[in-house]
Amino acid sequence: MLEFIARMLGKESASSKMVAKERLQLVLIHDRASMSPDMLNSLREDLIKVISKYIDIDEAALEFDLCQDEKDVALVANIPVIKMKRDYAAKG
Amino acid sequence: MGEVIVVTSGKGGVGKTTTSANIGTGLAAAGHSVVLVDTDIGLRNLDVLMGLENRIVYDLVDVTSGNCLIKQALIKDKRFFNLFLLSASQTKDKTAVNPEQMKVLAAELKAEFDYVIIDCPAGIEQGFRNAIAGADWAIVVCTPEVSSIRDADRIISLLEAAELRNPKLIINRLRPAMIKSGNMMDTTDILDILDVELIGAVPENESIIISTNHGEPAVMDNNSKAGEAYRNITRRIQGEEVPLLNIDESHGMMYRLKRLVGLGLH
Repeated sequence: MLEFIARMLGKESASSKMVAKERLQLVLIHDRASMSPDMLNSLREDLIKVISKYIDIDEAALEFDLCQDEKDVALVANIPVIKMKRDYAAKG
Repeated sequence: MGEVIVVTSGKGGVGKTTTSANIGTGLAAAGHSVVLVDTDIGLRNLDVLMGLENRIVYDLVDVTSGNCLIKQALIKDKRFFNLFLLSASQTKDKTAVNPEQMKVLAAELKAEFDYVIIDCPAGIEQGFRNAIAGADWAIVVCTPEVSSIRDADRIISLLEAAELRNPKLIINRLRPAMIKSGNMMDTTDILDILDVELIGAVPENESIIISTNHGEPAVMDNNSKAGEAYRNITRRIQGEEVPLLNIDESHGMMYRLKRLVGLGLH
């Protein structure tokens, strides 16, 4: 009965468009999670550049990849630190 | 110097060729010199949508392989003296042309015409790479369906990888009644997902089928809602700011009756 009233008011009980939208958003998370090796490489180089400004890192041992589960995609990086750089700015 | 616009989608059957025909005709009607290039080698259709299928002598492959001059392969439109078609070959396949040749061709055409509209084949293989090779910017066509939007998303990434950034989206075959009942994604839903700029929303319309039957683009039909949407798109391509068409007003008797008694509306 409630459903009937809802329909009379123009509100569908189950809106299939929301189902479509949610399914699309999920499938695109996975589709978009792939990155070309070129782009992944240049991201890696840029990251190293930025981090090296502050920390000495072991570039050769750096691990870095896109990981995904059901709902999310994460950029997971394992960056071994050799030593921290001195914080000259803090002294001045 | 004109501009080269590629009309693409990834998925087949969403209205790329119809869009190309309408945009090209619309721009020509506005007084610009336009050439339509069908790059769907082996499955050409722009010729029939334009009603020019009986006039083709030379085609795209003849031009790129040097069998004829570009001028010889340009077929003049029936309605507009400033509109031309360069047809695809029906008997060859997509590998008969390569992206380098398309770049050269696009450059030559854009030196002569205000607008070069390139109709891209479905898929992401060589036909797609040929079509986008010489383009300045891209129009992506999709329909409000999961499969079409997913493919559009993939195409947008591929376009960006090929340095064709910020493509403009046309959402085709919107059905106001289904949107109202919550059973079809609307333009906002689709833009949420794809995150690109919209250049037009075209309602599903019988006039498109009728105009296709005649080989006359709907953009010339003043009584067609889809035609109006295409006219708006051509104005936006020319840089005009045009508000989105309200596709909701094409409701029938029942809707007006319901509205009268206050039912079926929020």
